[in-house]
Amino acid sequence: MRLPRTLILGGGLFAVFLAAALVSFLWTPFDVEILNIPSKLQKPNAVFWLGSDHLGRDILSMLMVGARTSIAVAIVAVGIGIGLGLPLGLWAAANHGSWLDEVIMRGNDLVFAFPSLVIAILITAVFGPSALNAIIAIGIFNIPVFARISRGAALSIWTLDYILAARVAGKNAVRISVEHILPNIANLLIVQGTIQFSLGILAEAALSYVGLGAQPPTPSWGRMLADSQTMISFAPHLALFPGLAIVFTVLGLNLMGDGLRDILDPKIRRSRR
Amino acid sequence: MLRFASIRLVSLSLSLLAASIVIFAVVEVIPGDPASYMLGMNAQEDTVAALREQLGLEGSIVTRYFTWVTGMLQGDFGTSYTYRVPVSELILARIWISLPLAVYALALSTIIAFPVGLIAAAQRGKATDTGIMAATQLGVAVPNFWFAMFLVVIFAIKLRWFSAGGFPGWDEGFWLSIKSLTLPAIALALPQASILARIMRSSILDTLDQDYIRTARAKGLTRRQAITRHALRNAMIPVLTIIGMQFSFLLAGAIIIENVFFLPGLGRLIFQGITQRDLIVVESVVMLLVFAVITVTFLVDLAYAAVDPRLRRR
Repeated sequence: MRLPRTLILGGGLFAVFLAAALVSFLWTPFDVEILNIPSKLQKPNAVFWLGSDHLGRDILSMLMVGARTSIAVAIVAVGIGIGLGLPLGLWAAANHGSWLDEVIMRGNDLVFAFPSLVIAILITAVFGPSALNAIIAIGIFNIPVFARISRGAALSIWTLDYILAARVAGKNAVRISVEHILPNIANLLIVQGTIQFSLGILAEAALSYVGLGAQPPTPSWGRMLADSQTMISFAPHLALFPGLAIVFTVLGLNLMGDGLRDILDPKIRRSRR
Repeated sequence: MLRFASIRLVSLSLSLLAASIVIFAVVEVIPGDPASYMLGMNAQEDTVAALREQLGLEGSIVTRYFTWVTGMLQGDFGTSYTYRVPVSELILARIWISLPLAVYALALSTIIAFPVGLIAAAQRGKATDTGIMAATQLGVAVPNFWFAMFLVVIFAIKLRWFSAGGFPGWDEGFWLSIKSLTLPAIALALPQASILARIMRSSILDTLDQDYIRTARAKGLTRRQAITRHALRNAMIPVLTIIGMQFSFLLAGAIIIENVFFLPGLGRLIFQGITQRDLIVVESVVMLLVFAVITVTFLVDLAYAAVDPRLRRR
């Protein structure tokens, strides 16, 4: 099967940032926690490939470590969403029409009704700004997304003949959900996962931009943008590179999501053309 | 219709009730007592107690929750701990920045997205379509506060067309105020316009696949006529839902953008409230935003049910 171009392009883009994040564990061009005031605010050059900030730290190294923060926060937030949302959705579908289904879905509606960024700000403000609290704040809003999508998909599978056969064979709802429903909705979850991943990167950037994400000295892309704001007129490169990092990571993930959907969801493939 | 409306109204009230409980509970967890925070480290114990009394911090959580909610229902949001003025006054002063900003951005986003989405759909598969889709794909990925920073550099610092931040106040003249909201509104609108244009395009394409469009084409309408006379109106249903939803994104996004442009709106108010432990302000502003979002969703639902009877049966 030929892979869609969007998947190759998006996957490639994201792979660059993922690789940068992984490499940063072993090596960065400079140590991001050591200040080097004499070489502050350098334009991109042979030593500092992407320049240096107002404290003389290497932008490239900070971007690499920042990639780690962004990706980690977004991955764990998606993990929370799937980890809690998927069982809730499956549970609701297995008990379709019961009060349990109703309670789960109304709870979901409630979370959806909140402007997510406002509540994320509230949560991080109350429990103190940190990467962990940013993860929780973003993760909470992923729960209803995955609950809704897995319930919807599971409901349509519950009506199929092979589920009836499994029930006749004496399997209970939990076993049916895990053995028959889950493998059939995995595609949808993967596609939605990439979308939520990219939204998570944007949300983390916004939170750390207003000072509610990862705290210094841990570099994060949003924080770098906030720091660069007062210097943007004479050192635009400080704002340019972290912003581009965010744009390309999110773009990569979105393209990947599109590509994956084309492969994994035959229904959409047909209607899209 | 009446039945549908009343059911939705009950669920609206329940949502608001649940939201108020959640917000109150979250804010109550904030460590640190506002009274001792305001009076500093060397305050006498009885002074702190007196201030707590004055701020209405005495009594059980349940009593305080009911005081807060019943107050809000009567338009009384309590008194700010730090400013010592009614919270409703603070909110009223700032809402006339955040709300116009969100509406301005929504208008911009819609004005941009409609023609763009329509053109892309009409040119499906051609170079124009591909170009538009690539541009919107990029637009979705751009963080609005980053875009805002470069708008400031280009249009405020280099070209000097707009001020880099701040708000003159509506008394200083309508156009001057609109002008100072223009860059923030553009920054907010761009990503939303990209999303909306994509939805507009796919929604039109979906309707173009319908049988009634084939019938329209068969009776001799051109593609353009089929789109303008039949497809457009039906394609609007999902588009309008998204516009309703975008209002909530824009209100929340305004909070971040207000920080870039130093606009004294609700967003700044929340952040000040958080740093100064002004819980009552934080609670009330967040509740107000949630109220706005839930109410807009309700109105959109109602508008649909009025237009499309099929939706009443849910």
